[in-house]
Amino acid sequence: MTTRRARRLCGPILFATLIASGSSHARDLTVVGFGGSLQDAMRTAYFEPFSKRSGAPLIEESYTGGIAKLKAMNQSRTVDWDVLQMDENEMTLACDEGLLEPFDWKSQPNAADIIPQVKAPCGVGAFVWSKVLAFDPAKTPGVKSWADFWDLKRWPGERGLRKQARMTLEIALLADGVAPDKLYETLGTKAGVDRAFAKLDQIKPHIRWWVSGAQPVEWLAAGNVVMTSAYNGRVAAANKDGRAFTMLWTHQLYSADYWTIPKGTDKLAAARELVAYMTSADAQKRFAETIPYGVTNGRASALIDPKIQPDLPTAPQNMAGALMIDTPFWVNNEDELQQRFERWVAQ
Amino acid sequence: MATTTETIDRPGALAPPSLSSRAKARMVSALLIAPLVLFLTLVFVLPLGGMLMHAVENGEVGEALPGVAAEMQGWSGEGLPPESAYAALARDLKAAYGEPRLGEASRRLNYERSGYRALLSKTARSVRGIDRPQAGWAAELTAIDARWGEPATWAALRRASPSLTPYYLLTALDLRMDDNGSIARAPAEERIYIDTLARTLWIGFITTLLCLVLGFPLAHALVSLPRGFASVLMVCVLLPFWTSLLVRTSAWIVVLQKEGVLNGLLTRLGIVDAPLDLVFNRFGLYVAMVHILLPFMILPILSVMKGISPSYMRASASLGAHPAVGFLKVYLPMTLPGVGAGCLMTFIIGVGYYITPSLVGGARDQMTSYFIAYYANTTINWGLSSALGAILLACIMLLYATVGRLIGVGRIAGIQ
Repeated sequence: MTTRRARRLCGPILFATLIASGSSHARDLTVVGFGGSLQDAMRTAYFEPFSKRSGAPLIEESYTGGIAKLKAMNQSRTVDWDVLQMDENEMTLACDEGLLEPFDWKSQPNAADIIPQVKAPCGVGAFVWSKVLAFDPAKTPGVKSWADFWDLKRWPGERGLRKQARMTLEIALLADGVAPDKLYETLGTKAGVDRAFAKLDQIKPHIRWWVSGAQPVEWLAAGNVVMTSAYNGRVAAANKDGRAFTMLWTHQLYSADYWTIPKGTDKLAAARELVAYMTSADAQKRFAETIPYGVTNGRASALIDPKIQPDLPTAPQNMAGALMIDTPFWVNNEDELQQRFERWVAQ
Repeated sequence: MATTTETIDRPGALAPPSLSSRAKARMVSALLIAPLVLFLTLVFVLPLGGMLMHAVENGEVGEALPGVAAEMQGWSGEGLPPESAYAALARDLKAAYGEPRLGEASRRLNYERSGYRALLSKTARSVRGIDRPQAGWAAELTAIDARWGEPATWAALRRASPSLTPYYLLTALDLRMDDNGSIARAPAEERIYIDTLARTLWIGFITTLLCLVLGFPLAHALVSLPRGFASVLMVCVLLPFWTSLLVRTSAWIVVLQKEGVLNGLLTRLGIVDAPLDLVFNRFGLYVAMVHILLPFMILPILSVMKGISPSYMRASASLGAHPAVGFLKVYLPMTLPGVGAGCLMTFIIGVGYYITPSLVGGARDQMTSYFIAYYANTTINWGLSSALGAILLACIMLLYATVGRLIGVGRIAGIQ
């Protein structure tokens, strides 16, 4: 019912207020991630050792992105998240709207080691992730590029893509032969967007859209799709569990996720301490060895087990032809392109 | 006055209800319903009102850039604005630089025109060092970014400046205000919400119809079968009520998917060669929705049927009517209030479905709620989210009013 939805909309604010007025007990430091095998790795590498070292309990929560809850907390002045993992575009928006604590580099002993590309006004890079083409070489041998993703004759069957404009339009243009360094220039024009949608039209009936990062790997395992876009860490986790999927690093799409601190937290000092711990070289080494995402501490790269290195998005051989996702482009154009994408998908 | 004294003097005495005791009784009943009224106000009226307000509220630009917003009100909207508007913009940007309100204004302006977010932050950064531009602010700002020399940029700012806006409601109806201020349809590739709304109502209609076709005979069976068997059936009807929505929906995925239970059975029995597509499409959606909504149809019909004495049908038979005629002319009309209530309830709950379509539906089966949740939770476009909600609410109110006029609100609610 519509009313129910209305409650859902305003509910969090009201609910948070009620909870806040009813409880005055001390809250433990709370860290929020994206769940799944990713958060499992964070627990092993960061949360448990940090909690053991500081002697104070650490509460974990997970969410699926979006800045609505952050905004609701901020408006009701009941911020009970202290450290938050965020995608780069959402961090930029939240930072602009004043929902995040400006990042204080002086509180960070590792500041000098952090690679400069992931130093943001409101956050520090947590890890570098990559979206790759994944397939089962036993079923579809010989796939070499995103262009092959479109080859329905040679490799018939459904394909998995994430149900969003961001990265999907890029993949379409890469498959259409646009060079990575010209990609956002092309996508910045109406003709470029039309071209991306025209390319997607060619395989539209064969696309199965995924929403959460765990789905594409499950579908690949179950044979629902013959190839899919997927996050490299999730594919690696499946391979660790006995699968033998191939990841195609050619034209991988990569970006970073960030650690941020919501504005208004009463545990600022402890939150900064946790972020400092999670960006230290030793902790990041443990993290990358648990799940192969790229590290943001320059010194950590050298410490990582050489056997893991080829699985990292940041390995030099994997970076050839890689496309860095242009966050400013998406911050400006996502409203419009996502709407067109939603319409196109629903047709 | 005398009666009052009398009543007080002899408490518990059976006095005829007097004016003041009636007033007292009324006060007691008011007190009894007060918690409910308070509850409804808190969790229903206020949030709903808030939601409707969000659909037209437009304070972002006025708060962050008050000077230029005022200038925009006085400007005709033709060509480019006067120098004073440029100067006000520069002043406002200097004052708002780095403040959250500038971020909110950027988000609002970016809805009007893609790229506004970057334009504002770039301009705000650049004007900080400039005190008095030599050639005037118009030239200075246009030098910072050529877009400040385009009428479309200013038209967007002018549209976004007033404290109330039709923008969200128009967008939710696939309309928009163009640069000249007249309302036009959105470009073909951006029209989406009317189609979605039509789809939502259609899915609601089909689901209701299926529930009625399945639910009516079942309700009839429940009243006419022997007691023991009927209660077993009743438990089966109520079972979906007692399991979580998520579990029920996920169970259908397990049953209907390609490698699922049903397809496995069909292939093993040799009925089909290749597994059928039963889920992640409209079919799967109807199956799951009908399963969940069936009790909402059966229970109101059942309660009405229980009150219909079997003697009516016997009377019609004794007067020579064929059972079919008796059913159509005697029984069916008496069940109509239950049918109306069941249909209305099923439809209204059905069109608000969100989790079920997102789990068992395909990309083409998403309903309006999907967009409401998307704009509320993922992007924080609460305005558009509220506008979509308001339009869905308006559709339901319209339907309610129509049905209410045809059948009568009291009869639907069961209080004839």
